[in-house]
Amino acid sequence: MTDLYQSQRAMRAMRRAAMQRGVIAILDVGTSKIGCLVLRFDGPDGFRASDGVGSMAGQSAFRVIGAATTRSRGVRFGEIDAMQETERAIRLAVQTAQKMAQIRVDHVIACVAGGAPRSYGLAGQIDLDGAQVTEQDIARAMASCEMPPIGEGREVLHAQPVNFALDHRSGLSDPRGQIGQQLACDMHLLSVESNTLANLIHCVKRCDLELAGLASSAYVSGISSLMEDEQELGAACIDMGGGATGMSIFMKKHMIYSDSVRLGGDHVTSDISKGLQVPLATAERLKTIHGGAIATGVDDRDLIELGGESGDWEHDRRTVSRAELIGIMRPRVEEILEEVRMRLDAAGFDHLPSQQIVLTGGASQIPGLDGLAPRILGQRVRIGRPLRVSGLPEKVTGAAFASAVGLCLFAAHPQDEWWDFEIPADRYPSRSLKRAVKWFKDNW
Amino acid sequence: MRSLRRGAQGSAARRDPAPSRLAYRLNRLALTPAVRRLVSTGLPLLGVALAGAVVIGDAGRREAMRDWSDELIETFQNRETFMVSGMQVGGASGPLAREIGALLGIRFPVSSFDLDLGEMQRTIAALDAVEAASLRVRPGGQLQIDVRERHPAIIWRSADGLELLDRRGHRVKTVEGREMRPDLPLMAGEGAGARTAEALELVATGALLSSRMRGLARIGDRRWDVILDRGQRILLPERNPVGALEQVIAMQQAQDLLGRDVVQVDMRMARRPTVRMQTGTAGELRKIKLSELGAD
Repeated sequence: MTDLYQSQRAMRAMRRAAMQRGVIAILDVGTSKIGCLVLRFDGPDGFRASDGVGSMAGQSAFRVIGAATTRSRGVRFGEIDAMQETERAIRLAVQTAQKMAQIRVDHVIACVAGGAPRSYGLAGQIDLDGAQVTEQDIARAMASCEMPPIGEGREVLHAQPVNFALDHRSGLSDPRGQIGQQLACDMHLLSVESNTLANLIHCVKRCDLELAGLASSAYVSGISSLMEDEQELGAACIDMGGGATGMSIFMKKHMIYSDSVRLGGDHVTSDISKGLQVPLATAERLKTIHGGAIATGVDDRDLIELGGESGDWEHDRRTVSRAELIGIMRPRVEEILEEVRMRLDAAGFDHLPSQQIVLTGGASQIPGLDGLAPRILGQRVRIGRPLRVSGLPEKVTGAAFASAVGLCLFAAHPQDEWWDFEIPADRYPSRSLKRAVKWFKDNW
Repeated sequence: MRSLRRGAQGSAARRDPAPSRLAYRLNRLALTPAVRRLVSTGLPLLGVALAGAVVIGDAGRREAMRDWSDELIETFQNRETFMVSGMQVGGASGPLAREIGALLGIRFPVSSFDLDLGEMQRTIAALDAVEAASLRVRPGGQLQIDVRERHPAIIWRSADGLELLDRRGHRVKTVEGREMRPDLPLMAGEGAGARTAEALELVATGALLSSRMRGLARIGDRRWDVILDRGQRILLPERNPVGALEQVIAMQQAQDLLGRDVVQVDMRMARRPTVRMQTGTAGELRKIKLSELGAD
């Protein structure tokens, strides 16, 4: 635990160093694509009010100066499967983005989609004895949270304080300076498999890059795709990626739950490939160009050439109606959404005051999903696109880049985590030295 | 399962678009700001500097370059437009003009680039007989020298000889004898040259005596004596010598003071002019008085 705490603190220091240099890269290693953005931080005065750009939650502090995407290789379910291949793909993405930015980046912030994330809610409480709450007290309150049994071979990815309560007043966002008897703290802890993290860290290291931060893909997608009021009132963000579908529930601008389904757009593609007996590349093309989720009458007459190079004329001249294609895609999409519904129900999403669900990620671009999703997830579903950040090229503004854009926001304004607070003083080994100094002061 | 060894796929395998590790590292190195600056600015500068050093390093080539540039400059300067063919001296008498000509020693025709007008102006102005000089090259290639000559106002006899001074006491030239300039007043004595203006004022005041005035003498670099013929002399005070001289002239006009047998009129004390008579004259005068008044 201390190791991770130290390494997370080291990553925060790295992020600060990158901010000093003003250049940081974003790496989204996904199952179907690897995206790399290069951000330049110009300081807070990048825009004036006369430019028509407000503070916009801090993302006006940076500008995207390089962007590249490449086909992902060697990644399955959001986890690295063939490391050499993935490393090459990362190198390609980073080099292309660097070339566009015309600057070398050394620090990178990455996100993890897979690794079977698991959420835990923790509570801690300390006695204050009527003193003012200091930062040390907050650290102590967080340290008093009992570490849940996250299991062997798992690591803590996020540990964010989501709520503070002072005596009987709950929902405090910042209790510092207030006076009370007892300080209670709720924390949200997200754990992922340590192998997944280790593989990603190793890949990034192999590319001569320093890791300046790690985030859950579902979390950063939520940051970029949910509106501010949705984050405040409570909403779920479903990031439908290629190999994994992540979900994160936000409340009062904090992530309170996150989970992931190991199903995604790639499964739809493989279904098409199996159902129509076509190569995966053709299936992917059919899905993106002709795919859909709800068939209408006109789709029966819309015939699609499957093509092929087998040499068998009959085989290469096959046609399929769009309705058939949708018929293949729809069960899989429904399965994904139902799995998501199950996970949300298990998390108790239906007890939240607001039932807003936002679909984002590459697979959310299936036409007709906005008609299909409400039947499974409830009426308040919308298809979300990530926030616009300055300098972002048009081609990377789609829903597939929700987590990349979210990582930009995460890089600019990371939420307070457990490791952003000082180690409580009673855990310092220097305490004995302090006591010795105090003894000297008292006696001499 | 695909082959794990890269070579096993054979050369027909599709080319990997990803950069190799080495290419990636080199690319990152090239994007490092310091390296970029070095390559884009430093190395070209270094190359140019090296090439320049190699070219300049050869003595023969250096010589040739210097010759070439000299020749170029000379050709330009010796154009017809810049040539000066003659010199005209204005405002100077014949001997002075000749002296100036000899002093400058220019051999016409000459390029105007070779004429240092400032230096020449200083040379001419340094002549005693010249008060001010201005030089310019007129269109048409004539060097025009305008000179304002010094006019001698007084002769100063000093230990070095006779010198002509202008109104401000500046030396004009040396003369061999007083008779060469009988029209000018004469003064003598150490330090007289510095007080020429006062001397001239005295001379102007003493114009009424001029037929009798021989000259002025500076005594001890303090005060003036007016020397008259017949060995007479008027001693003037240090302060206001002109006033004292006017007083003497007034006495001369009223009582014909200087027509009498007086050797010296001492005006050094303005309130008590003192007269010294010829040796014996005082005795004569007393005898006359006695004979007029009677012998007791």
